[in-house]
Amino acid sequence: MKTIALLGERFLDWLESVGRAGIFLAQSVCRLPVRFKESIRLLVAQLYSVGVLSLVIVVVSGAFIGMVLALQGYSILAKFGSEEAVGQLLALSLLRELAPVVTALLFAGRAGSSLTAEIGLMKATEQLSSYEMMGVDPLRRIIAPRFIAGVICLPLLSLIFSATGIIGGLVVSVSWLGVHDGAFWSLMQQSVYFDTDIMNGFIKVVCFSVVVTWIAVYQGYECVPTSEGIGKATTRTVVLGSLAILALDFVLTAAMFGDF
Amino acid sequence: MRNKRTELFVGSFIVLGMLAFVYLAVQVSGLAFTGKKDTYQVVARFDDIGGLTSRAKVAIAGVTIGSVESITFDKELYMGLVTMNIDSNVGNIPTDSSAAILTSGLLGEKYIGISIGAEDDMLENGSEIYDTQSALVLETLISQFLFKSDDEG
Amino acid sequence: MVVSKHIDKDKKGVSVVDAYIKVENLSFSRGDRVIYDNISLTIPRGKVTAVMGPSGTGKTTLLRLIAAQLAPDNGFIWVDGQDVHSLSRSGLYKVREKIGMLFQSGALFSDMTVADNVAFPMEEHTKLSPSEIKRIASEKLHSVGLRGAAQLMPSELSGGMARRVALARAIALDPELVMYDEPFTGQDPISKGVLVKLIRQLNDSTGITSVLVSHDVEESLSIADHVCILAGGRVIAEGSADEIRASNDPQVKQFLNGEPDGPVPFHYPETSSSEVAL
Repeated sequence: MKTIALLGERFLDWLESVGRAGIFLAQSVCRLPVRFKESIRLLVAQLYSVGVLSLVIVVVSGAFIGMVLALQGYSILAKFGSEEAVGQLLALSLLRELAPVVTALLFAGRAGSSLTAEIGLMKATEQLSSYEMMGVDPLRRIIAPRFIAGVICLPLLSLIFSATGIIGGLVVSVSWLGVHDGAFWSLMQQSVYFDTDIMNGFIKVVCFSVVVTWIAVYQGYECVPTSEGIGKATTRTVVLGSLAILALDFVLTAAMFGDF
Repeated sequence: MRNKRTELFVGSFIVLGMLAFVYLAVQVSGLAFTGKKDTYQVVARFDDIGGLTSRAKVAIAGVTIGSVESITFDKELYMGLVTMNIDSNVGNIPTDSSAAILTSGLLGEKYIGISIGAEDDMLENGSEIYDTQSALVLETLISQFLFKSDDEG
Repeated sequence: MVVSKHIDKDKKGVSVVDAYIKVENLSFSRGDRVIYDNISLTIPRGKVTAVMGPSGTGKTTLLRLIAAQLAPDNGFIWVDGQDVHSLSRSGLYKVREKIGMLFQSGALFSDMTVADNVAFPMEEHTKLSPSEIKRIASEKLHSVGLRGAAQLMPSELSGGMARRVALARAIALDPELVMYDEPFTGQDPISKGVLVKLIRQLNDSTGITSVLVSHDVEESLSIADHVCILAGGRVIAEGSADEIRASNDPQVKQFLNGEPDGPVPFHYPETSSSEVAL
């Protein structure tokens, strides 16, 4: 009986924290910035630290994952004498699954954790209170530009990931393994559809970007403002963010490609 | 100074992302930006469509001239009704041409191949190709072969 | 809430004061821990008021309650005649524009230069031209003796300098009230001296109301016109610096003289810790 009561209490706590996070998101996005030019400047600064600084890790991982996929795919497809299909394999797996998921996981680790730590440190050094005391809403000034930057950057990073992955796979399979490049492209183009594959992958990554950035800024904003608290919040961002991505990926995949 | 450089980097990042999108759309999925081509619709009924899917290509002499729009079940005739979009500039297909469901390679995709007939009248929007050849189904093929060898043996 | 004109505290025990801030029957608790138990105090207009007490008595909490960053469980706080906890969000932000606050850590915005930090409140709340803002910011920095540091980033400043910059930022909008949260903690004697001088100077030259939260007895008593001592969730003494010095209350004496044991026990009460363990 006690366990059930405890379980119920936990569930209510959890529900409450979800509600709090939801209100937090709504408040930071819905409160329109007062000065347009200023908010653009803030957004650009965040696009830089969230997007541009994550570019290197995304490009390098994209290229390597494409190359590994090409090698693995080639060795299996060669057994059936259809090694030209490596392009098709590469494009479909990258566009539908790997680019959205892997980029989002990398993003949670690279940009999400740094967002949480930065906001947490601002809280610990009373900068957030300081904004509030000056009559400036920290949700609008600190949280909103970071959230919007995350939602813009992750889809772009995912597209770049797909493109570099395909180029990496092309280099390995065509220049190294000797797959005919005409067949490589034509088989790819035949099997990849713009709306089902590219757009569905894109929708996926947009969903991930909202969830990951939301978790990151919320964990930073709600963290216990001590060094231990910031450390824990950063870990939670990466763990919760990654789990959320994988769970959401399953749901979205089932909804989009379930009837195939 | 620092601000300008940040803006430059952010700008290049966004452009790079968009280029990646265009690259994926054009080079990888083969999406053409020439707008929707003028097409006309032709239907054909098959006894067995055997794994043909919508958007499969329609070819004459191996050259793609259109795609399958939809596949439905004809309740009265118990046949598969396939609607195809054919490019308008290929407007000279005789009405007695035949359509066959073929396979590209041993394990490849199914597509519709059209063999040209001899009539003077050409197919128009809404016409039907009556001479159709169903997909080759491996099981049917094997059983035919077995019965044939029985007869002979 | 505005009662009569001036402080008249030397003659009567209860002073009749032109109060800028009035706290009435305030109670506040965090979880099970009671921080304030029905306290009332006044902060006179145009004076330096020091709120002192041992660490952990929630002095910073009081400032946050006054600024309505926290809501009390019970009681009222009037700032300049307005009940801050019944105000709407925008009304509250209006009141806060009249308040400058110096946080314990300085709380400078780490992504801006010193000059931008000082200019920030003006950019947010005034319609002055950028050149005007720049001029005022540099003036404010000059008044704390740091005009030369305008282009540094906050991470390049020492603790004392950071606090002085934060002070320049707190007075950027010429507030009516400046609240100092532990301004002397962790400062070397020279920085302390500079801060004491600045706080006093600021108050004398502009006539703003200052509230100082601190546990540094000497520095606080040397600049305060009015002193409140908090302990155990209650106000244990209120009056001028001299009155406080002359107090016979054992608790006040223990605090002022820094005696390790007395009414405030050396040992943390053990019952509560064992309760926590259960």
